[in-house]
Amino acid sequence: MKILVCISHVPDTTTKIKFIDGKSLDTAGVQWIINPWDELALTRALELKESSNGLIDHVSVITVGGPDTEPTIRKALAIGADSAIRVNAAAGDTFFVAYQVAEAIKNSGFDIILAGIDSCDFNGSSFGSMLGEFLSITSVSSVSGVNFNGNDISVDREIDGGKEILSCPVPFVAIVQKGITKEPRIPSMRGIMTARTKPLAVVEPVACEALTEFLSFELPKHKASCRMVDPENVKELVELLRNEAKVI
Amino acid sequence: MDFELTEEQKMIQQAARDFAQRDLITDVIERDTKAEFPTQHVKKLAELGFLGMLTGVKYDGGGMDTVSYVLAMEEISKIDSSVAVIMSVNNSLVNHGLEHYCTEAQKEKYLKPLARGEVIGAFLLSEPEAGSDATSQRTTAEDKGDYYLVNGTKNWITNANSASTYILIAQTHPELKHKGINALIVEKNSPGITLGPHEDKMGMRSSDTHSVMFNDVKVPKENRIGEDGFGFKFAMKTLEGGRIGIAAQALGIASGAYERALKYSKERKAFGTEIFNHQSVCFKLAEMAIRIEAARLLTLKAAWLKDQEQPYGTASAMAKYWAAETAMWVTTEAVQIHGGYGYVKEYHVERLMREAKLTQIYEGTSEIQKIIVGRAICDQA
Repeated sequence: MKILVCISHVPDTTTKIKFIDGKSLDTAGVQWIINPWDELALTRALELKESSNGLIDHVSVITVGGPDTEPTIRKALAIGADSAIRVNAAAGDTFFVAYQVAEAIKNSGFDIILAGIDSCDFNGSSFGSMLGEFLSITSVSSVSGVNFNGNDISVDREIDGGKEILSCPVPFVAIVQKGITKEPRIPSMRGIMTARTKPLAVVEPVACEALTEFLSFELPKHKASCRMVDPENVKELVELLRNEAKVI
Repeated sequence: MDFELTEEQKMIQQAARDFAQRDLITDVIERDTKAEFPTQHVKKLAELGFLGMLTGVKYDGGGMDTVSYVLAMEEISKIDSSVAVIMSVNNSLVNHGLEHYCTEAQKEKYLKPLARGEVIGAFLLSEPEAGSDATSQRTTAEDKGDYYLVNGTKNWITNANSASTYILIAQTHPELKHKGINALIVEKNSPGITLGPHEDKMGMRSSDTHSVMFNDVKVPKENRIGEDGFGFKFAMKTLEGGRIGIAAQALGIASGAYERALKYSKERKAFGTEIFNHQSVCFKLAEMAIRIEAARLLTLKAAWLKDQEQPYGTASAMAKYWAAETAMWVTTEAVQIHGGYGYVKEYHVERLMREAKLTQIYEGTSEIQKIIVGRAICDQA
């Protein structure tokens, strides 16, 4: 069996976001990482492979992006993926990315496809289900566990007030979130040294038009600084809440 | 001149950072207080390959360069120097010597398990009356034909209890002075070895440090490293590389304290503004940044020279001296910037200050580094 993990190349979550003319991200000084949900998905894929007694024999990763995404892909290989695919195109909207991934892998025989629930750059939250549609296979959302006992695969889904467990015929897309595994795996020294020798296939994109276009971005307003009020001075507090914050 | 790190070097730096900031930080204060050995963390260090990262792939190590090692040591030392020193001793003082000066049989038996991190090692040079003056070894390794009979005491031995493999420096031919010294591989469980109590140290309390007593310990002749009398040269060569590790550790202690002080200075307010905006604090932080950058460049240069197989003894002495002095100064000022908070354990900087002190002392005091640099510049003149 083969697992594919879809990874996004995103700015580090601690990046101070700046835009150029409000239209594009200023990438100067930005450190790029594997999208955190995708990194957890990859970790879970490797755990499944390692505990499958050889039944799961290959974990691959895929991303859509230019050559600048290769350090992120190499990190996925260092963590333990066996091979990688890069669709050589600037990532457009989710429709574009999902379509490119579907076209790149449609005959590759992946049994389980894992994708993070959202990416911490554009937060589209629709990649996994779109991919399932393009491939005409099942997609399961809000997945907090993927389990394999040697015969059957089940997935755990978070639902309101509880959890449901589904059995899933392969192939399927699992859109994973919190709980999928404890923490992302740190690459070992050996993993880092062998990453460069693992196969990274670069495939050209197919013709596809993005359906949406980003017109502009706005940063959230700065939070007002905290005002300290003396605990004895209730009158001032009430006045501030009434006249300035206008909450009472 | 290229200051850019390779993709692999950046990845190693990030891996060490993730390990330190995710795992080591969780119990570093508690382990320091209890002087508790970081057993679980050492296991993870081994799994990740840090314990043998400098050893060649042929001997089951990571095959990394020294620049990568410096980057990893800095990140780990920002959080926990006790773990860093375990890693440093294993890589620089034990594995390095075994890889470069031992026979294939010795490497097969001793180096491979060390490089895989299955066991750890210790380097036994210092004695109660022979620290910086390493020529005055009193521990004897008497030549008995097919074995050496070892008697004496070694002091301040990092990893003494947790290690399985010792590299011992001892005197075989006292009349030849330093040319009569040998280096021997000794298995810790050999009959006649006893440990003194765990040293109750000021800092790096979570690494285990003991005296090691040898009483008629038999060491097979095949465990001698190099020719008869090679021990002193072996020790000095090994310490040249060791200094890079300790420079990187001191650099990490300094940058860890600096990062905490910088963050605190932008949160803490006094006289109506964040204290960073007071010039007295801002200037301290600026000076910290400058001194740390100088320490980093010196350390990376020494590492680069080693990787290029060029002489690096003077460069590593310069790096170790400056990084250690920087660590002491930066951590002291970091405590000062934190004020009262800096004096309590929760804020980490007091621990970093205690750890910094040791970097001025072990693997060659700051004064010894100046002797090494002084002799080198004298020879050049």
